[in-house]
Amino acid sequence: MSLDLDRRAFLAAALGATALGAARPARAQSVATSAKIVIIGAGAAGSSLANRLAARLDGAEITIIDARRRHLYQPGFTLIAAGLKPANYSVSDTSGWLPRAVNWIEEGAAEIDPEAKTVTTDSGTTVGYDYLVVAAGLKLNYDQIEGMDVSLIGKDGIGSVYASPEAAEATWREMDRFTDEGGVGLFTRPATEMKCAGAPLKYTFLTDDYARRKGNRGKTEIIYAAHSKSLFGVPIVNEKVRMLYGERGFDTRYEHVMKAIDPGRKVATFATPEGDQEIPFDFINVIPPMSAPDVVRNSPLPWADKWVGQGYVEVDQYTLRHNRYPDVFAAGDVAGVPKGKTAASAKWQVPVVEDQIVAQIAGREGTETYNGYTSCPLITRVGRAMLIEFDYGNNLVPSFPGVIAPLEELWVSWLMKEIALKATYNAMLRGRA
Amino acid sequence: MEELTFGTLIAVLEEMFGQALFWGLVVIAVLVTIAFVYVIVRDRSLRSRWFLRAELLAPIGAIAAIWFVFVITRSGLGDVGGPIDVIALILIGLAGAVGLTFLAYTVQAVIGGKRGAA
Ligand SMILES: Cc1cc2nc3c(=O)[nH]c(=O)nc-3n(C[C@H](O)[C@H](O)[C@H](O)COP(=O)(O)OP(=O)(O)OC[C@H]3O[C@@H](n4cnc5c(N)ncnc54)[C@H](O)[C@@H]3O)c2cc1C
Repeated sequence: MSLDLDRRAFLAAALGATALGAARPARAQSVATSAKIVIIGAGAAGSSLANRLAARLDGAEITIIDARRRHLYQPGFTLIAAGLKPANYSVSDTSGWLPRAVNWIEEGAAEIDPEAKTVTTDSGTTVGYDYLVVAAGLKLNYDQIEGMDVSLIGKDGIGSVYASPEAAEATWREMDRFTDEGGVGLFTRPATEMKCAGAPLKYTFLTDDYARRKGNRGKTEIIYAAHSKSLFGVPIVNEKVRMLYGERGFDTRYEHVMKAIDPGRKVATFATPEGDQEIPFDFINVIPPMSAPDVVRNSPLPWADKWVGQGYVEVDQYTLRHNRYPDVFAAGDVAGVPKGKTAASAKWQVPVVEDQIVAQIAGREGTETYNGYTSCPLITRVGRAMLIEFDYGNNLVPSFPGVIAPLEELWVSWLMKEIALKATYNAMLRGRA
Repeated sequence: MEELTFGTLIAVLEEMFGQALFWGLVVIAVLVTIAFVYVIVRDRSLRSRWFLRAELLAPIGAIAAIWFVFVITRSGLGDVGGPIDVIALILIGLAGAVGLTFLAYTVQAVIGGKRGAA
């Protein structure tokens, strides 16, 4: 996760309950306006932005559109799937995170018309806007893997950490059984853009760790199917992970993209440069192809020449403002920017969108920009993690330079993931971090 | 871009413990501190007998604090991976030791009253 998240969390942990006093951050002066702002999606980015805009703008009409009543703390899925937390660890009420001043329409957005400046909901209600923020996250396309369906998760050795908290818990039951019995563990990732590209790696490490703790690593084979010629898009991180994979005895198959599963035969099929290859498994963590949600993909908002077919919103990578529609912004996973599909990134993106919108309303140019900050604490076993933080330039941007080394397996980094990350995430949702 | 502010820190701590528990802990910490200052002022010195006894509890406070953190985070000594981990453990132990010493002294002084110090 976020380095910035982590720094705060770390300081928080270090100071503990001895911190006295209750000074709140001085908020920038509020701006009076009657602007209509519509936010699509009440997830990590949307909720946080709704809170920040409600605090910054006086008189704005803010509407948030999202059919999902359950707010999901997705970084917790990995801990659930490792048997460390129950499924409800990641579940809360969407309504609890939204400020009273914001109007929540409990429906999905079905159509976006940036020329007419309207959004139409599933029931056909049309909402007009002066500013639109697309924060609809991304969509898991399990149906793009032949034979795969979410109803298979938790049966016959099939796991998938991504689908939901319940799926993560079902995956844990399969992983627990597998590490008791041994056999072939198969770990995949899609060839598309994805949220938290470290998550497939983490889960491989965690499964290996359980097999070792149970004394069953000898009868366990771990195969990691990488979609490309590398394990991670940032070269320095890739090299470190490659070394660790070697040390841990993983069998890495490069350029293997999962395309089909046969649950009866327990075989997965991969597209490779040498043609289709079948790999049998006793346990598999399926991570599906991802794209922008249909409402965005089918709108005029996506890039025409980048991430073709995936539908990510065509925004400037620094201001997050749409290149063709200056009153449209994107935040979170749905933004068509080269990095940044993590909650930690959303935390850095949201203040930028807030600043840009408030500035436009006040007739100024926004000054804040997003540098691509992405962070994903890479758990390497129960009790240790590595902090990985980088920017658009593939530079490491450690939050605690000289104190907490990046790319080093540390207990303090684990501590952050375990106790401080969710607190920081929640504070972000409230617009306070 | 984003700066770490005191307000952010408080926000994170509130989320971590829950608002009620966090501020409850703050109030308890403040009360113990006030009580400590009160007995020092009352007695016009640190009573060595109480202090010695309180100090004996320091290692227990240190071990308890470290044990507590290990248990809630399902980790252990074997997970220590670098210098910063050792430093963090020392800080946690120190916090437990100092905290328990203060508490023990204050409790003795309050219960023992002014004359108990003889
Ligand atoms: C297994 C896993 C592990 C992860 N680990 C980490 C980690 O360690 N660190 C980290 O920083 N990040 C991690 N992430 C990523 C993080 O959860 C996401 O990047 C983050 O939630 C993105 O926020 P968002 O607001 O863009 O999307 P989301 O939080 O997914 O919210 C999107 C919202 O949009 C809504 N929506 C969708 N379609 C529509 C529609 N048509 N109309 C209206 N609303 C719609 C959805 O209902 C949802 O509420 C992980 C994710 C997963 C799945």
